Amino acid sequence: MINVFGRSISAPSHFTRFIILSTLSISLMMLDHRGHHLEKIRAGLNVLAYPIQLIAEVPAYVGHGVVDFFTTRRSLREDNEKLLAQQQTQLAKLQQFDALEEENNRLRRMLGSAARIADKALAADLVEVSAEPFTRKIVVSKGSQDGVYVGQPVIDAHGIMGQVTQVAGSVSRITLITDAGHAIPVLNNRSGLRALVFGTGDPDSLKIPYLTASADIKEGDTFVSSGMGGTFPPGYPVAQVVKIINDQNEAFLAITAKPAAQLNHGKQVLLIWPGNLPKVGNPK
Amino acid sequence: MNRDTHRRLVFFGSFVVAVILAIMPFPKWAEPFRPDWMGLVLIYWCLTVPERVSVGTGWLLGFIQDALYGSLLGSNALGKTLIAFLTVRLHLQLRMFPRWQQAVSVFGLLIANQLLVLWIRGAIGQAPDTFSYWTPSVVGALLWPWLFVLLRDFRRHGGLT
Repeated sequence: MINVFGRSISAPSHFTRFIILSTLSISLMMLDHRGHHLEKIRAGLNVLAYPIQLIAEVPAYVGHGVVDFFTTRRSLREDNEKLLAQQQTQLAKLQQFDALEEENNRLRRMLGSAARIADKALAADLVEVSAEPFTRKIVVSKGSQDGVYVGQPVIDAHGIMGQVTQVAGSVSRITLITDAGHAIPVLNNRSGLRALVFGTGDPDSLKIPYLTASADIKEGDTFVSSGMGGTFPPGYPVAQVVKIINDQNEAFLAITAKPAAQLNHGKQVLLIWPGNLPKVGNPK
Repeated sequence: MNRDTHRRLVFFGSFVVAVILAIMPFPKWAEPFRPDWMGLVLIYWCLTVPERVSVGTGWLLGFIQDALYGSLLGSNALGKTLIAFLTVRLHLQLRMFPRWQQAVSVFGLLIANQLLVLWIRGAIGQAPDTFSYWTPSVVGALLWPWLFVLLRDFRRHGGLT
């Protein structure tokens, strides 16, 4: 028996409570999925969850610290030499790049098309990786304070990683291209074939469905973003075809690809503000 | 510290540890083997003290999980409510079972939860494609006998009978 406003009533049975809570869960899911009415609540929850995430990070952080501590001086010097050499060659390439960009813009102007504006970028640190098994999402340390917006493309040094799907004040959640709910419009770099690349939920594999046996595609082909749909800027590498299975009983080819970006490496990602797409947010 | 606060700390502490274990970063290869810690701890408390921990706690725990995972708000809450309800319903039988048979039942409960979550994720087009989606339940069931003993000592230490 419990007391409610001076009247004693018996507590509802487990079954009643189960039904009430299930209804509550289902309505929450509908609100969250259909109307996106819960963005504010979610942002608040993310802020509340942040300290717990920090505590959970501690063991991994200590582990990395210990490994770093025992990294020998020699390997550091080797790394340093390698990086210096790399920088030299890249600087040489960059000189050419500036000249080429100028030339490209001049040619485009002559052709009457808009000059391609360079994409702005902002580096963000990874805060958390793969909290839920089989959903490929990461949390980074830049949020709406820095002008990050929902739908913003995220890249690394090798290609497109994914897009921002939730933004809070100082952190945001990124859905990677390998997530089972993610798709991205692409273009075959060799043949110009248009396709869609879907995530599978597996950390290193993507699938390219809906292509028939007559499609011009080979193992080893690289797919770059096509810029269609307006979310991702065109021309960034997305995936490389690993295996094509042509089963006569199936209507479409079964194509497996691997992401171009190194989704499981590194501590930093780049958030970009595409130069030739309508801007929503601006970096500080 | 009075007895009641002490008891509350025992519940709260075990759930906090489960939440931290559930989101602790793992190496990539080990990730499919991470059991559903929150589900396991929830089953234990629903089994031993159903008058204190039941569907309400389950829902709250699932809600926290949704918030931490960034999954569809309410999906894991529904799954955990189901686990809690079934466990409370069956707690008299489950208590009588030998340990291995209990582990099999726990496997059933975890699978029911995963199936429900899979349906929900399928309905919104985010169903994972891999078979390893099911390994956490297997690992959870294998861990159950050890976890049971561990939590029992913890419970006795905390003065909950």
